[in-house]
Amino acid sequence: MNGVPASSSRWTLWLPLMLFGAFVALVLYGMVRPADRNVASALVGKQLPAFALKAALPPQPALSSRDFRGKPKLLNMFASWCVPCAVEAPQLDQLAGMGVEINGVAIRDRPEDLAAFLERNGNPFTRIGADNVSAVQLALGSSGVPETFVIDAAGTIRHQHIGEIRPEHLPTLLAKLKEAGL
Amino acid sequence: MIAELGLAALWLAAALAALQLIAGAMALTARGAGLGGIVRPVAIVQGLLALLAFLALIVVFCQTDLSVKLVAMNSHSAKPLVFKLAGAWGNHEGSMLLWVTVMGLAGGFVAMVERRLPEPAMLATLAGQAFVSLGFYAFLLLSSNPFERLDPVPAEGQGLNPLLQDLGLAFHPPTLYFGYVGLSVAFSFAIGALVTRQVGPAFARAMRPWVLGAWIFLTIGIAAGSYWAYYELGWGGWWFWDPVENASLMPWLAATALLHSVSVLASRDALRAWTVMLGVVAFSMSMVGTFLVRSGILTSVHAFAVDPERGSFILGLLAINIGGALTLFALRAATVSEGKRFAPISREGALVVNNVMLTAILGIVLFGTLYPLVAEAFGAQVSVGPPYFNPMSALFVVPMLLVLMVGPLLRWRRDKIARVRSLVAVPLLLMTGVAAYLVIRSDIGVLPMIGLVLAGGLAIASLMPLKGRDLRRTPLAVWGMVLAHFGVAVSLAGMASDSAFSVEKLVAARPGDTATVGPWHVTLERVEPVAGPNWTALQGDITARYGAASAQSIHPQARSFWSPPQQTSESALLTRWNGQLYVVLGDQAGDGRWQLRLWWKPFVTLIWIGGLIIALGGTLALLGRVLSDVRRWIARDKIAWRRERQGR
Repeated sequence: MNGVPASSSRWTLWLPLMLFGAFVALVLYGMVRPADRNVASALVGKQLPAFALKAALPPQPALSSRDFRGKPKLLNMFASWCVPCAVEAPQLDQLAGMGVEINGVAIRDRPEDLAAFLERNGNPFTRIGADNVSAVQLALGSSGVPETFVIDAAGTIRHQHIGEIRPEHLPTLLAKLKEAGL
Repeated sequence: MIAELGLAALWLAAALAALQLIAGAMALTARGAGLGGIVRPVAIVQGLLALLAFLALIVVFCQTDLSVKLVAMNSHSAKPLVFKLAGAWGNHEGSMLLWVTVMGLAGGFVAMVERRLPEPAMLATLAGQAFVSLGFYAFLLLSSNPFERLDPVPAEGQGLNPLLQDLGLAFHPPTLYFGYVGLSVAFSFAIGALVTRQVGPAFARAMRPWVLGAWIFLTIGIAAGSYWAYYELGWGGWWFWDPVENASLMPWLAATALLHSVSVLASRDALRAWTVMLGVVAFSMSMVGTFLVRSGILTSVHAFAVDPERGSFILGLLAINIGGALTLFALRAATVSEGKRFAPISREGALVVNNVMLTAILGIVLFGTLYPLVAEAFGAQVSVGPPYFNPMSALFVVPMLLVLMVGPLLRWRRDKIARVRSLVAVPLLLMTGVAAYLVIRSDIGVLPMIGLVLAGGLAIASLMPLKGRDLRRTPLAVWGMVLAHFGVAVSLAGMASDSAFSVEKLVAARPGDTATVGPWHVTLERVEPVAGPNWTALQGDITARYGAASAQSIHPQARSFWSPPQQTSESALLTRWNGQLYVVLGDQAGDGRWQLRLWWKPFVTLIWIGGLIIALGGTLALLGRVLSDVRRWIARDKIAWRRERQGR
């Protein structure tokens, strides 16, 4: 009587290794399976929800949903306390330099922190609205910062970019803006 | 500067681990025998360097040095100091550094004090330890450098997850890590024993304190984690069979089995191959657990460091370490002789039942945890929960606990049930009584009823090994065993009582309204805003009255943290000797009424008290083993010293 019959059948000694092999194969499958863990907003393809935010940095202009009319624009959710937001700043500057109009929504921020952030990282924004209770963020189905939405001339959400905009993401964003009629 | 110092120490420690591996392995061959002398000192210095790196990380977190990426991502200047410290390991990189640090220190400690094993087995053990560490060093240095700098330096840090800003939780992960690392030492001993074919009582005695120590930490870690989930998540439950909870339970199950089989090997020289196998399995489960948590392969509320790249790295380490160990086992186990034989009715026989049952439960938990992945491979989305885990594990827990009532009373090698019949009669009688009482009440489920009956019987049966002993001369290890088994009964009683007798109530109350839950009358006086150091909250001012007793006031909160923005609910608990009142403040309805969730949970605290008793039992056993070892060393040194004097 013994846990492992050592002498009787030697192939059983390989059983643990085989089981382990099956485990590794299973999780390998689990890791390569296509899985998009980002929670995409259900509003893509729909009209931008109506909102009117106060100016984050008065006397600079405030931001409302009516400001997204006339031509395709970007809506960028960001915050001064968000490190990836600082990472995407050069890309936003580049887009602004190409003539893309970017409106910002500052999530749960303080004016003095925000001013310091823009001082440090540059200000690509035409308008910045202050969303101190994440109301617009929730209304847009956004789950974090930074996130960027492409809004067309009619105020329809055409595309959602989750996470910071890296240099390699610029072509996709520009293509989406072009689709939207820019 | 301090970050760079830490990084340099980390690289040096990794280099020494490589040296420890190479020298240890070469010293096992005829030509490299001269290298054996450096292995122990290298292991010690490696541990100290890892410690230096970890201290450097602590310092940059204390200073909130935001130029270090990890600090910027996980800390905030406005955070209380103790949470700044906890932030150092409350993230992926820092926790991995803590892991290698504890592992390095454990290896150094083994190198310093362990003299029982033959030198080759010791060298193989230390080489094995270095091999495992090297993998983690590579992981840290190549893909999760904790000292990475950030440019530009952000003005403020991102803060620590508010759910993690809790004192209990700050020390929960390190506790589990100590457990995991203890099992890594046991794993290294198993490798050393396999390589040198020295599987015997000496190996078991060297390994036992590490298994015991690891098991104590795991027990405390799981109990604390469960209590945290109980009061912090605000769902009123204490175990959710969440993948991350299972990930901590599986090493504990394996370690519990190992703890018992290592005792058989140490005292009776039986179960040789099986003990080695369990040594490998226990550490595998630690790594599998870490992998499941970090890879994000399974969806869990706890996943805090999900990153596919890290996942593949840990999987690689897992495949190399465990695949290698299992291959070694397959090649060598046939040459490890079986060890001493024993009759089915004997202490060994009972311990084998314990091992088989624990292993079966481990299999059930592992299968249930991975099943969603299996199902997905066949195109189905499923989640596996209590309806599977509860009855399936009960299937094995019940017979295991029945055997547990008798096992400690049996003699080694061969015994007769008749001999212990009178000892078992008392608990059996009690169980019949409890069962009869519960059947008459007959308004509780089958599983809680079985649980209550078993708990009653086990509580008495666990004390029986003390009967007829001189209590002053009873060894600490026996006290430890009795206490740990008693703790199992206490914990089981708490679990069964919670599911059998809990009362839950959801009410919408205006200020001034009173609700009744169980024996409690709960009045919502008012709801008011309060502010903390980095949060604001709506706080309920609630008075609760137990029966006719005087009113006590409690304050559940709905907290909003602003860095990062997140909502948490702080449940309020009122603890009495016979249970807890659990109150959660919910949302405000449109008409000015507030949602209140109320639970009365009779004897629920026994769950965690039992866990602590189990851990205390383990601590007594460990203390007993270590003290007797120390006494033996002292005696041996004295003899050697006398001989030397006489020789002169």
